[in-house]
Order: sequence, then C-alpha cells, then structure tokens
Amino acid sequence: MDWQALILTLKLAAATTTILLAVAVPLGALLALGRGRWLAVLEAVTALPLVLPPTVLGFFLLVLLGPKTAFGRAIVSVLGHPLAFSFAGLVVGSVIYSLPFAVQPISAGFAAVNPALVDAARLLGAGPARIVGTVLVPLARRSLVIAAVLSFLHTVGEFGVVLMLGGDIPGATRTLSIVLYDQVESFDYATAARTAAVLLAMSVAALAAIYASGAARSARAGSTLND
Amino acid sequence: MIECSLNLRHGGFYLHIEARFAAEWTVLFGPSGAGKSTLLRLLAGLDRTGAGQADTARILLDGRDISGLKPGRRGIGMVAQQPALFPHLSVSANVAFGLHGLNQPTRSKRVEEMLALVGAESLLNRRVQHLSGGEAQRIALARALAPMPRLLLLDEPFSALDGTASDVLLERLQPWLRERNVQVIQATHDATDAFLTGAEVVLLHEGKRAAQGPAVEVLLAERERLERSLRTAERPAWNQSSSEAH
Repeated sequence: MDWQALILTLKLAAATTTILLAVAVPLGALLALGRGRWLAVLEAVTALPLVLPPTVLGFFLLVLLGPKTAFGRAIVSVLGHPLAFSFAGLVVGSVIYSLPFAVQPISAGFAAVNPALVDAARLLGAGPARIVGTVLVPLARRSLVIAAVLSFLHTVGEFGVVLMLGGDIPGATRTLSIVLYDQVESFDYATAARTAAVLLAMSVAALAAIYASGAARSARAGSTLND
Repeated sequence: MIECSLNLRHGGFYLHIEARFAAEWTVLFGPSGAGKSTLLRLLAGLDRTGAGQADTARILLDGRDISGLKPGRRGIGMVAQQPALFPHLSVSANVAFGLHGLNQPTRSKRVEEMLALVGAESLLNRRVQHLSGGEAQRIALARALAPMPRLLLLDEPFSALDGTASDVLLERLQPWLRERNVQVIQATHDATDAFLTGAEVVLLHEGKRAAQGPAVEVLLAERERLERSLRTAERPAWNQSSSEAH
C-alpha cells in the first residue's frame, strides 16, 4: 500500500471539499434564489465539468496555469512557481472538476426551503448573507452533507485532471488513482487490487453513512421539512 | 399614511391601483384573485416590479418614497396566512429575529413584551414544531411587531384562530397599535373583521380599487350589487334574451 499517496489523496480531497463548500454555498444560493437570464449561463458553466472529458479540462487548466499565458505568469510571480505539477495546482483543478457535485445538491436543497421563510427573513431586515447563514444553511444542512461527501469521493477518485495537471510526482501529485494506474501498467495486479479495494471501500463506506443517516431521503423531502 | 400608484402585469392578471390609505386600520376586501395579497406584497417590497415595461410601483409612507427600499428597510411588518415561522428556531428566537441591532437585554425584554401582547407568554421556549396553527399565527404577529414597524400588513392573519380568540386578540392589539401610531392594512375575506376593527374598507375587484370608505357603506353597497347580480344570474337565459328583445 502506498501510504504517501493515500495521505496525499485524503489531503487533496479534504482541501478541495473545504474550498468547494465555501464556494458552493453562495453560488447555490444565487442559483436557487436569484432571478435573471444570466443565471442559466452561470448554471451551465457550473455544470460543465459533468459533461467535459476530465482530460480536456485538465489540458485547458494546464495551458491556462502554465507560463505561456499572462494568468500563468502572474501566478508564478506571486507564488514563485507555476501551479501546474504542484499540489496547489491539483487543488485548483479538483475544485473546478468537482464543482457541480457540490453546487447542485446545495442549490437543490436551498430551492426546497419554503420561500415564505426567505420572505419573512427579508421583511425582518436580513440581508443575503444572513438569510443564507441563518435560514438556508440550517434548513438545508443535509444537502450540505451530501455535497461534502460527493465532492470528497469525487476528488478521491479523479484521474484525468490529476494526470494532465499534476503528472505523477511522488509526495506532490501522485494520488491513489495514479498509483493504481502505475500498478496496472507494470502488471502488478495483486497490489493494484488492494489499491482498488481501498478506493472502493472508501466510496461504499461514505455512501452507506449518508443513506444510514437518512440525509439523502431527507434532502429529497426537504420541502416538507421546513413549512 | 400610505400613498401608492401600482401597475403590475403578471400572466393574465393586471393590477392597477392608485390609492391613499390614511385610516388607522384599513381592510382590503374582495373575492379571491382580486389582488389583495399582491397589493400587500408590493407594498412590502416582496414582489418586485419592473419585469414588464408597464410595471411601476411608487409607494410613499408618510410622504417618504420607500419604493426603492429593500423589504427590511421600509418600516413595514407583515403577517401572512401561512405564519412561516423558522422551524429550526425556538419561539423566542423567531420573535427576536428582526431585533438584530439591539443588545441582548433589550432584545429579551422586547420579546417578552411582544409575546405578552399576543397572549403567548407561556410559549417563550417552545419549539415551533409543537405549536398549533393559532399559536403559530400569534407568534408570527409578535415577530412582525417586534421591530416596531410603522405599517403592519396582515394577509388573512387570524384564519387559524377561532372567533372568540381572534376578537380578544384584536381588543388587545388595537390600543397598543394606536398608542404607537402603527397603521394597519388587513386583507380578508371575512366582512366581520372590518366591523370589529372599525376599519375603512377598500373593495378590490380584478386588480382595481372598486370602492373605498366606511365599512357599513362599502360592504352594504357590495352586498346589494352581489344580490342584484345573483338575481340576474338566476333568470334563465331564454328569459333574459326575451326581456332584452322587448
């Protein structure tokens, strides 16, 4: 078992999930409560990683973050090194790649909150941040749990973006999926089976925990919980 | 005093109201779909205008233009038929929700005062899920009044209270509102609400102000109109056409 890769994968998934929750909560609120045609564009952009091949996304990010673009050069001048082929670069790629897995459950959870409660909060002087923090998040907390678990698992299992953007650098960008690929490529099927079993067990355990807690069922029935 | 000029087109419904509400208690009366709730929501700022070219809203509260203000900055409280209490908060936290800027002792005192006003002191620490429909409407009223609004909008607010409880609540409420100069606009289907509160009645019909005046005058005129239209409707079609022909 490649423990270094396992720890790196868990670190990447934890960092990605934390950032995604911070981004997806305001974005989900905007999509659930906002008005205007531009929201459809925002929704489409948010959902793009669902349909875009991971290698294509990884390639675009590799070019964007590389030293040949102004954006990439700006990052090098700030960080002192390019984002590509670094752990930070992997985090950026993972956040973009897993964005719909965080935004969509949260947005659906917020949309299921009784709109009369949002109206009541607005009448009582609450601004958008307070409405999100004191009304939407507590009432849609199960959707947040689902979003966090899905984002975490999706990051743990990602391959194409990681390979394109991070390569295969031990201790920096080599995650469990890359290790599994390397093991299969070198015909070490016994070790590959153990690595695959760890990835499978993590996914099954997390999903079982969600269903056992009833979060998935409650999130689907969210609208009846907050009348 | 509220002065408003409102134009709203929404699907097949068109609301056009230019009115001045100067009475201490105004009752909006009219059939379902007359525009009562829409009018209240526009006054509160909950439904924005501007979606269509003809949509406009100009609202003056005591001469101050509040049309462009957010709902929470208009000095307006509102209680709808659905109490919409925050289910994850206690009764006291619900009532205190609009008192964000006050310090803790003042907030607690205000919450107790409001609950006493609506006769719900014993519910202070109850969970919202354990309230009856009538209790929830009382708490929603206390919550709307807690920030001391200048105008209180009531949309069928006492529908879950029985007649006696509603009367007792109104008896407590009216002197308190009068003392604090809080104006009330209430939408209702129940004509007795207008008589109980001594309100001025605004009769709405298909999104327009059909009549405005003392309750007795407006409601009696409306009753006569309805009776006349019923008598006409009861006549068979062949009879109507033959009498028209002669």
